[in-house]
Amino acid sequence: MIQGTIFLVTIVLMAVVVGVFVFIAINAGKESVDYGPVQAKAFGIRTGLFWVIVVAGVLITVITTLDLPYAATRGDVAEGAVKVQVDGRQWLWTLSQDSATADDTVVFEVTAGDVNHGLGVYDPNMRLLGQTQAMPGYVNSLQLTLREPGTYKLLCLEYCGTAHHAMMSNFEVTAHPDHASATITQGRDGA
Amino acid sequence: MSEATISPLPTSARAGVLTYLAISALVFVLMMALGVLMRVGQADWLWMPPDIFYQVMTAHGAGMVGISGLAGSAVMWYFLRRYVDLTVGILWTNLALFLLGVVLILGGIFVGGFAGGWTFLFPLPSHGMGAWGNVGAACYLLGLMSIGVGFLLLYLDAARAIISRFGSLAKGLGWPHLFGRGEGEPPPPTVVASTMVLIINTAGITAGAVVLVLILVNLFVPTFAVDPLLTKNLIYFFGHVFINATIYQAVIAVYEILPTYTKRPWPSSRVFLAAWTASTIMVMSVYPHHLLMDFVMPTWALIIGQVVSYLSGIPILIVTAYNALTNVYRSGMRWDIVSGLLFLSIFGWGVGIVPAIIDGTIAVNNVMHNTMWVPGHVHTYLIVGLVAMLFGFMYHVAGQNGATKTIDKVAFWVYAAAGMAFSFMFLLSGYASVPRRFAEHLPEWVEYSASSSVFGALVLLAAVVFAVRFLTSLKTARTT
Ligand code: HEM
Ligand SMILES: [Cu+2]
Ligand SMILES: [Cu+2]
Repeated sequence: MIQGTIFLVTIVLMAVVVGVFVFIAINAGKESVDYGPVQAKAFGIRTGLFWVIVVAGVLITVITTLDLPYAATRGDVAEGAVKVQVDGRQWLWTLSQDSATADDTVVFEVTAGDVNHGLGVYDPNMRLLGQTQAMPGYVNSLQLTLREPGTYKLLCLEYCGTAHHAMMSNFEVTAHPDHASATITQGRDGA
Repeated sequence: MSEATISPLPTSARAGVLTYLAISALVFVLMMALGVLMRVGQADWLWMPPDIFYQVMTAHGAGMVGISGLAGSAVMWYFLRRYVDLTVGILWTNLALFLLGVVLILGGIFVGGFAGGWTFLFPLPSHGMGAWGNVGAACYLLGLMSIGVGFLLLYLDAARAIISRFGSLAKGLGWPHLFGRGEGEPPPPTVVASTMVLIINTAGITAGAVVLVLILVNLFVPTFAVDPLLTKNLIYFFGHVFINATIYQAVIAVYEILPTYTKRPWPSSRVFLAAWTASTIMVMSVYPHHLLMDFVMPTWALIIGQVVSYLSGIPILIVTAYNALTNVYRSGMRWDIVSGLLFLSIFGWGVGIVPAIIDGTIAVNNVMHNTMWVPGHVHTYLIVGLVAMLFGFMYHVAGQNGATKTIDKVAFWVYAAAGMAFSFMFLLSGYASVPRRFAEHLPEWVEYSASSSVFGALVLLAAVVFAVRFLTSLKTARTT
């Protein structure tokens, strides 16, 4: 679950910032020392810090942009993908089909008929798997592999007026016939 | 500039700055109350009809952004006039247009029913579905226009004054010293920051005015075709620049006031100038990070959005925040409510951009965009950053340096702790995929809003203390 990683990285980095500020705050009111040497030392540290940030930034940029969610919109659709046309209007989703089989790769081809909406696909545990904007006159294709069987929810993630929060639809993902027995076996093993 | 050499504020200029700040203090408190109301509604402690919730949300967003602009411009004006010759009449004209705008916006929302969100994404203004009509929408949009025109005048006046004193805007940014061997001293930090702000805000407000006209015409002549993706680009360019400019104006207070506590200089070094020039370019080119989920946008634009989001952390964290920390470290400075709030504000800014920058990553944005993660980082650097800076400035203007009372101390710690906790609850909700801008929450999301309401109310209480302390000490306000 990507949210877990995001949260962890955020907390660690925020904690570093907190730590630095607390350290400086504790030392601020202490007996004053000459500014010259403090500055010289601080600027030395900063040069190192700058390069660490630059190198880390370049690495992270390269790694995180290798796999962008835009491929399907640019026509690069996975083989055998199930296409679902999605049309958002105040305040309901119209779907060309509202079910798929577990492990299917589904391409949601998303547009809107009136105002801007946003399609957010939530898994059966109400975790957001991915999203794209639904805009009149444009089609954004969101490609997701739905692994877990169950009832997925499609929420509107762009504010679209008075019933924005009520614009929810279900999307059923049924167990894969080949995997069904496997799941049962697993269950039996676990029992 | 040492206090002794500053010329006294003309009476009308002093009254102008104090009026800006008094209105800001009141509006911040009022808008925070609306914020608490929303959280209480989401917590199911109070049933609010959705149309009312979204009106409140629109008012809170537009009101907070607008008043931050007003208060930020007061900081800039107050210090910039020490170096250049600003027109007092324009200061008052801006205020008049601002108040006219406020009346139109409040009328559009609470009488006209407009609830299109402060970002008024096209074509929602013309699709109220009965909740509002074209007149309500037009009032709201004209109100924004009025406020924009006022600010444009203020920034053009600042541009004129800087050019006549320093020769050009490039010189105001210190380019001769940054790129070559400029003669004499580089312009002081206040001038550099003001030049940056007037450049970006003139561009931002112009884009905003263009899109407002497009939408207004379309409202009454629907055959006048407007492209939703184009308007979205213009709106986010304007919105991103304007809200960022508020903090780039307010930080002038830190540059000017903190050194008087540490007795250490904060000059326009080369690194400082480079940081501000870089920020000028980055604030204007980073806005595509609001469009990362518009898959039809060109890939290069979206990658620029991610890369510039990362880069924009450098000047803030390792120049502005780093310089502040270096300036303060072992300086023997006196802690009081002014230095405390200013120090807190740099912390709030620095810590708040962490989740913001992370959200600028396309892969992250795919699961965090328009979730509570966004109000999470926004409120961290606006409550604990920007607004702390502004209240610190108010205490300073009110001459309360060194006169810190127990109630100030209590309010400070409540504000800092509750501000962080309140924002953190948003981040936690974002982690749990709770969408933003939902009038009604699913049962499993309600607990986040409940504790959040308590923290929000504490922030509000502390802000009431700050506001009252400022308003009741106007008599002792500075005359320079
Ligand atoms: C006591 C302090 C505050 C409280 C309780 C509060 C509460 C809220 C709430 C509940 C929302 C809506 C969240 C959602 O999308 O569901 C919100 C949105 C927002 N707040 Fe605040 N807020 C506070 C302070 C501030 C401050 C100081 C600023 C700016 C200076 C600010 C600017 C905004 C903006 C721009 C939005 C986005 C509105 C939108 O989505 O259209 N808030 N706030
Ligand atoms: Cu919708
Ligand atoms: Cu919606």
